[in-house]
Amino acid sequence: MSGYSADTRVRWTEWLPWVVALAAFFALPEYLALGARILIYILFALSLDLILGYAGIITLGHSAFFGLGAYTAGILSTKLGINDPFLQLVAAAAAGALLGISTGAVILRTRALTLLMLTLAITAILLEVANKMSSLTGGADGLSGVQVNPLLGLFKFDLWGKTAFLYCLAVLFIAWFFVRRLIYSPFGAMLTGIRENTTRMHAVGAPVYWRLVLVYTISGTLAGIAGALLTQVNQFVGLNVLGFEPSGELLVMLILGGVGRLYGAFIGPALYLIAQDYLAKQFPEYWYFGIGTLLIVIVLFAPGGILGLLDRLKPWLPSSRPGSSARASAR
Amino acid sequence: MAPVLETRQLCKSFGALTVAERIDFALEPGARHALIGPNGAGKTTFVNMLTGALAPTSGRIFLGGEEITRASQAARVRRGLGRTFQVTTLFRSLSVLDNVALGIAEREGIARRMWRPASRFTEVKDEAMALLGTLGIAADAATRVQDLPYGRQRLVEIAIALGLRPRVLLLDEPAAGVPSQDSGRILEVLGALPPDIAILVIEHDMDLVFRFARRITVLVQGQVLVEGTPQEIAADPRVRSVYLGEAAHG
Repeated sequence: MSGYSADTRVRWTEWLPWVVALAAFFALPEYLALGARILIYILFALSLDLILGYAGIITLGHSAFFGLGAYTAGILSTKLGINDPFLQLVAAAAAGALLGISTGAVILRTRALTLLMLTLAITAILLEVANKMSSLTGGADGLSGVQVNPLLGLFKFDLWGKTAFLYCLAVLFIAWFFVRRLIYSPFGAMLTGIRENTTRMHAVGAPVYWRLVLVYTISGTLAGIAGALLTQVNQFVGLNVLGFEPSGELLVMLILGGVGRLYGAFIGPALYLIAQDYLAKQFPEYWYFGIGTLLIVIVLFAPGGILGLLDRLKPWLPSSRPGSSARASAR
Repeated sequence: MAPVLETRQLCKSFGALTVAERIDFALEPGARHALIGPNGAGKTTFVNMLTGALAPTSGRIFLGGEEITRASQAARVRRGLGRTFQVTTLFRSLSVLDNVALGIAEREGIARRMWRPASRFTEVKDEAMALLGTLGIAADAATRVQDLPYGRQRLVEIAIALGLRPRVLLLDEPAAGVPSQDSGRILEVLGALPPDIAILVIEHDMDLVFRFARRITVLVQGQVLVEGTPQEIAADPRVRSVYLGEAAHG
């Protein structure tokens, strides 16, 4: 349940992702690179959940923001020599916001399949631009040699990924705090209203179109930041950050976790990327088969994703109490 | 007295099909007005043009003396035009309280706020609860709309519209689909609506229309056939003819 009826206090379970992340930092030092990647995709998924899960904007082109953010950070470093990590993040955020407002203002006048195709077209165009402008982007070879200065002048991005992991964790925490505030705010309640019934939102006097453009811009900003993080952590950016594939992959991650539930954006990418890492090691040629099977099982038996399944199991759990699911789902 | 809502020569066509033809209509402040007509007369099209959901082909619309023909739906609501729908159009998975609160928050300009939790806007919740209390559905505040009986959903529609503090309220078949035992409650609620709100009811239930309205406009094939008091309308042979299905035969 959202908005005006919601209990907005942070429950102990909401601290779990952070406790798990810190525990992983100390207990699994050999997996910090994977951990940083998971944190980045959680941020990326969070940005998608904001528009898809809360505002009901369907998209297959969310990688446009991610890719633009990634290339912005990469180009700033390799072409302009701007290696400050925070400046790169700010520039990527601004690029994501600019793309969000400029494309959102056009495509959010459409709905359903038309909207879906337009989002896909935007990321496809950016992919082709990145491919052709090889002097700037490195084209198919990618952009290597990205430099990132030590954080706050103190913490170098080390080979083991310790700094990168904590840096991504800190950025994700700030983004999570912001998104959580936003979805519990009147603006968040209004977004839920738009998702639930656009006609009714018009009838209560909401400027639906402008509100959608705004949330689309916010989402693009967050996705741009996620893209920049990926460049900074990998010190490389390639064409695989743009196009249908990363958008579709992200959508699958969010569906796995649960759409419109805030923490579905945490569970989905973690599960997907851990499964991908494990399956790619065990079955290098057939790992996609495992991912596909996982998705089929989730869609068949847990249509609301992992969190949807937990919600359905809640009545059978001894600790369940009335109202807890509403707070958990933050809807 | 200057009308609070007025249309002049309002027309709407879809290709060769004309569904509203030169409609001149005026609603006085505090009016209790009904718009009736057989199926396909263009009543809902007319309401959709008034609210901005449909753009008229030609003609003009005035609200409180200001022209709103080209104004957006949101702008019309801000200027005091509220509506309910023929088929309930609610936020089905949200609570009754949230359904009403969303409208109040829009009216107050709170819906843009992104930082402070919505639940801390107690004035919005209090006003929504008071409104639900007035309509006798305060006990359902925490219930999800989809779990409510249809009759109460109709009351939630009215509550949302009242939360916008409209000058003019357009009620599109408020008793449609409501079981007969509940339609009395709808009429009771309509009768108790604030007298300063001008109300236009589109309704098929003639019992409700004649008990509620002080003036009635009859719309047939997109044109105003006649307007008058309930007594004048009841006595008009053209209206009888339309409702007895004889219009096509002259």
